[in-house]
Amino acid sequence: MAETATPAETVSRARRSPAQHLAEAFTSGSVPGTVTLTEIPYQAMVGIRVDRTSDAGARVASVVGGLPAACGEVTGNDSVNTLWLGPTEFLVVAPEEAHDSLGGSLGSDLTTALGNDAGQVVDLSANRTTFELSGSHARAVLEKTCSLDLHPRVFKPGTAVSTELAHIPVMLWKTSEDSYRIFPRASFADFLGRWLLDAMREYASPEVP
Amino acid sequence: MLLISCPNCGPRDETEFHYGGQAHIAYPENPNELRDREWAEYLFYRENTKGTFAERWVHSTGCRQWFNMLRDTVSYDIHSIYAMGQQRPDLQADKPGEFSQTGEFGQEPGLAPGAATTSTGAATTAPTSSEGV
Ligand SMILES: [Zn+2]
Repeated sequence: MAETATPAETVSRARRSPAQHLAEAFTSGSVPGTVTLTEIPYQAMVGIRVDRTSDAGARVASVVGGLPAACGEVTGNDSVNTLWLGPTEFLVVAPEEAHDSLGGSLGSDLTTALGNDAGQVVDLSANRTTFELSGSHARAVLEKTCSLDLHPRVFKPGTAVSTELAHIPVMLWKTSEDSYRIFPRASFADFLGRWLLDAMREYASPEVP
Repeated sequence: MLLISCPNCGPRDETEFHYGGQAHIAYPENPNELRDREWAEYLFYRENTKGTFAERWVHSTGCRQWFNMLRDTVSYDIHSIYAMGQQRPDLQADKPGEFSQTGEFGQEPGLAPGAATTSTGAATTAPTSSEGV
């Protein structure tokens, strides 16, 4: 009799990430030290709607380490972070293992915290994938399409905004001075991945003086 | 391309927003008592103002919140951005280029790029296309 797979194994065998077919292209299109692109698949994501000043808001905040108060803010710690989507709307991003189907308890903890109060806690893990764009020229790549001011004096590490890249809606999170996490919806992952590869291509060649 | 100052997110491209038509059209108090013509006028009849127009916008790509705007339909100058439910502000005739942002949005402009400059109005309008929304 074959060994029985754990639920986590069953899930990970069946899964295909939205940009999985581009993984090789991401590797070959990356220019180490200059600009690199990778997919961080399967992060656990939970959409929250709650009034952050209410009792339920306080309970939810205690699960994820605070809810952001204004546009751009990100709360949380090294692994679980919460991004501001709107005055009463937030996106929790956590490692894959935090998902309830893989032995975590993020979703159920948040659902319990909200209780019967007004609001919602929705599992959005499959809604978006995560791209990591990093390197000294990561900002130059983004500036080809993003109309926000990405200069470090304005767009600081630890800030995340909902905006458009290449005419598609994304969350753009600056995680460090040279590194960005981009959250496109799954159906846009192919388009945005190819768009970024194209935008990165010039940095593989020597700079023309 | 218009540059619209979202009260929550700061100045963003017009493409992040959707237009919601004329502002300040109250839902009829007793819809059941309206005759067909009155109901049709409530639903479909809108001003076609040449000049300053009060209209609704929603920041669909960003915070997904609605707000009101006073915009000049000829010059595309944005004169005022104010909260839903608030009365249309009076524009001072001697300050045609003035920009104001008023109302309780329940939010301070955050850390987003450009948000700190939201209320200065320095960059509230941009060269206009011939086919604005
Ligand atoms: Zn907004």
